[in-house]
Amino acid sequence: MSLPSNDMMAAIAATRFGLGARPDEIDAARSDPRGFLTAQIRPEGADQPQGVESSAERLAQAREFQMQRQAAAKVDGDPKAAPVKAELAKNARNAMRDQTGDDFLARAQLGATTDAAFRERWALFWANHFTVSSSRQNVGPLIGPFEQEAIRAHAFGRFEDMLVASSTHPAMLLYLDQAQSVGPNSKVSIYQRTHAQKVGGLNENLAREILELHTVGVNAGYSQADVTEFARAMTGFSVGQEPNTSFRFRDNAHEPGVHTVMGRRYSQEGQAQALAVMRDLAASPHTAHHVSTKLAAHFVSDTPPPTLVARLEKSYLDSGGRLDELARTLVQSPEAWDPTPTKFKTPYEFAISTWRAMGAQSAPIGKLPSMVTNLGQKPFSPPSPKGWDDTAQVWCAPDALIQRLRFSQGLAALSADGVDPNVFAQSALGARLTPPVAKAVARAETRREAMALLLMSPEFQRR
Amino acid sequence: MNAQVSRRSLLLQAAGLGVSVSFLGGSAFAAADGPMAKRKMVVVICRGGMDGLTVSPPIGDPDYAALRGAVAVAPDQALKLDGTFGLHPALESVHALALKGQARIAPAIAGPDRVRSHFEAQDVLETGSSHVYGNVYSGWLNRTLEVMGPSTIQGLSVGPTAPLILRGKVQAASWSSGGSVNETARLPTLLQDLYKSDPLMGPAFARGLETEAMGRLAMSTLAPAMTPVSTNAAVAGPNAMVQKAVVQTMAPSNATPAQAMAQTPQVLAAQHQAREAARKLGSTLAGFMIQQGGPRIAAISLDGWDTHAGQVGQLNTRLSYLDAVLDGLNTGLGAEWNNTVVVAATEFGRTAQVNGTGGTDHGTGSTALVLGGGLKKGGIIGDWPTLKQEALFENRDVRPTLDMRGLFKGVLAEHMGVDRAALETKVFPDSANAKPLTGLV
Repeated sequence: MSLPSNDMMAAIAATRFGLGARPDEIDAARSDPRGFLTAQIRPEGADQPQGVESSAERLAQAREFQMQRQAAAKVDGDPKAAPVKAELAKNARNAMRDQTGDDFLARAQLGATTDAAFRERWALFWANHFTVSSSRQNVGPLIGPFEQEAIRAHAFGRFEDMLVASSTHPAMLLYLDQAQSVGPNSKVSIYQRTHAQKVGGLNENLAREILELHTVGVNAGYSQADVTEFARAMTGFSVGQEPNTSFRFRDNAHEPGVHTVMGRRYSQEGQAQALAVMRDLAASPHTAHHVSTKLAAHFVSDTPPPTLVARLEKSYLDSGGRLDELARTLVQSPEAWDPTPTKFKTPYEFAISTWRAMGAQSAPIGKLPSMVTNLGQKPFSPPSPKGWDDTAQVWCAPDALIQRLRFSQGLAALSADGVDPNVFAQSALGARLTPPVAKAVARAETRREAMALLLMSPEFQRR
Repeated sequence: MNAQVSRRSLLLQAAGLGVSVSFLGGSAFAAADGPMAKRKMVVVICRGGMDGLTVSPPIGDPDYAALRGAVAVAPDQALKLDGTFGLHPALESVHALALKGQARIAPAIAGPDRVRSHFEAQDVLETGSSHVYGNVYSGWLNRTLEVMGPSTIQGLSVGPTAPLILRGKVQAASWSSGGSVNETARLPTLLQDLYKSDPLMGPAFARGLETEAMGRLAMSTLAPAMTPVSTNAAVAGPNAMVQKAVVQTMAPSNATPAQAMAQTPQVLAAQHQAREAARKLGSTLAGFMIQQGGPRIAAISLDGWDTHAGQVGQLNTRLSYLDAVLDGLNTGLGAEWNNTVVVAATEFGRTAQVNGTGGTDHGTGSTALVLGGGLKKGGIIGDWPTLKQEALFENRDVRPTLDMRGLFKGVLAEHMGVDRAALETKVFPDSANAKPLTGLV
């Protein structure tokens, strides 16, 4: 398979591997497009958005609100108590919403301005792979910290480490109900039964999603019994109560005994048991295949070339699931440089790429949340643990295109004046700018029309 | 709207027409006495490259009919001006003024820009500079206000943007009715063209437009009483746009706009509404300008002149709107018409020869219309270079014989009384080779 010209590869590096070209970005990639990308791979992981607090801090703040509410509840006889309680609840809700919104904007700001957009896209891929969502209200303020602590820190480390970090993070533990899961024969359950208390039970949500979505994939041949056994092994994984902690292993809630998952017996005690299951899951060829398929589909095509998937799988298995190796293999794979842009941008990708194309100067990024919400991708709110879909069939919908047109017109009205549209088109798409689009832009009646045309062009809508 | 607001800079938008209005004025001139104190100026910017050969067809030029083919205005349809020129049949009101000596044409005029790019040429037209992307990024109308005296005009910004011609040190502002962005009516067509060979985006976008048009139509049928078109210029636009969107979506792609627009009685009614809205816009602007202390300098944009295909129908519509705006201004100004000069100009003209899709491409020389009650009688402004092949600019366009800046400088000096030295140094710097046109008023 032959590679396209350096000009084309530079455009692909910025638009497909990255988040859309900033002015001069394609020029920067031109002499060595692959080197431009591999230089972004680094052991310390992805960049951290500015101003996001830790999950421990966020949990402490949530506990503080809860304590205030409880204090208010204690003075129930006081007729003033009810409005005080309502006020506190409202404050707490608003504070959580603000934190979530601020974290999202911090991430968007990083995406719109970073010089290492491949690194950022790589992190976004994994954040979507290990999905958490503010559809659970208490999860919202933990999503920023989750991406920071579980995803970005491990973006170029081992898959197993990212799996463990995400599966022990309070955002995931709360989102997939693991924090409350209790082994039926755990010390807690036995105590509850002997004291005639309400007995907690097993919750297998996280165990199931780890198998189905995060590691081996739905067709890996596991059974319901494997899910249950894995869930039993994971009992005790919970959210920390102490200051400066966010994970806590509740030994008292752990289901004792040996558990068998996908044919392997795990006789470890405590949290070592589930960690051993995760280590084996991470090393499974099924996981290599599942992850490689998803990566190829995200970066290259909704129907990825099998040769690319095979290349990535081999890289995963040979390196013991090293994500930096996987990233290098992707960059080196000729299939990833096919000049035909088949990936249709998600609303977030579309929005960030417009800001990048404009040098992120012209329009306030605060407009982004309502824009992506209108386009069906509400900030930090994927609809299911499967994360946001990234296929064209989902996003290239009739009304969505009309909405994208409105957004493009609005943005152009704000920022097109004084911009040379032909230069803008060149810097945004480089060699991917096709003659019909270049001609339409050059012939546009106004700068605003030219910019809206460029943003709505098939080339800009894809990557 | 009250006098307080009228003294400010405004931008009115009638969405479906692609029309916007801005004006500044008032206090900068309030102190002046004498006959100049009442003088007014309106610039109509026709954006998109208006075809001068259709605005003022040179039906007496021996090469016109052959060059233009099916796009040519027939001699018996043109509204006669002299032995060579007529006006497009849609320009009835302009023609009536011309017969009274109150409208003249400059049939071979252009700015100093020759790159045939809309935005670059519009920049040059509006900044009054000699080239694009220079240091000058303010409008020459704004600099006119600056040199005419200190201003206390306050900004007002409700709408999206003020046109460049009025942007600058004198604080301009804008107001709009909240209508859609101007390009709405045009962009879908251009995009559909780009999506033609895209199996995914093409059908999805067509479906989206169809649904949107139906939705808007449904809403307008549900609430007809809420949009009294005859009394509100701004609300007529969306109705016209609905019709246009329906036509664009439903009509066969090979239909000319005229054919497409003529399809249904609703479309005809919408056209009538839009024309009335355009007239209302002109008279509303006039209403601001005749107030005591009202604005004396104004700019209006009229979009949609880029006619690469299906030119005949499109220009019928656009010229009919232009005529209606000018008519509204004329009647609305009443006695003040005698104190007013209106210049309608475009960034460039189009190719002399018709192209393969019933349209024309970006050219150079075009027609400017100059109107006003105080104009001196006379023939065409500038020379007519003819349409002989060897007379064309770069073998394809009407050769400009008059620099647009010369016309503007002439109007500013003789009509508005702008100091000549300031005109050359501040309002139109680097324009020494564009001599002010004299003898207009």
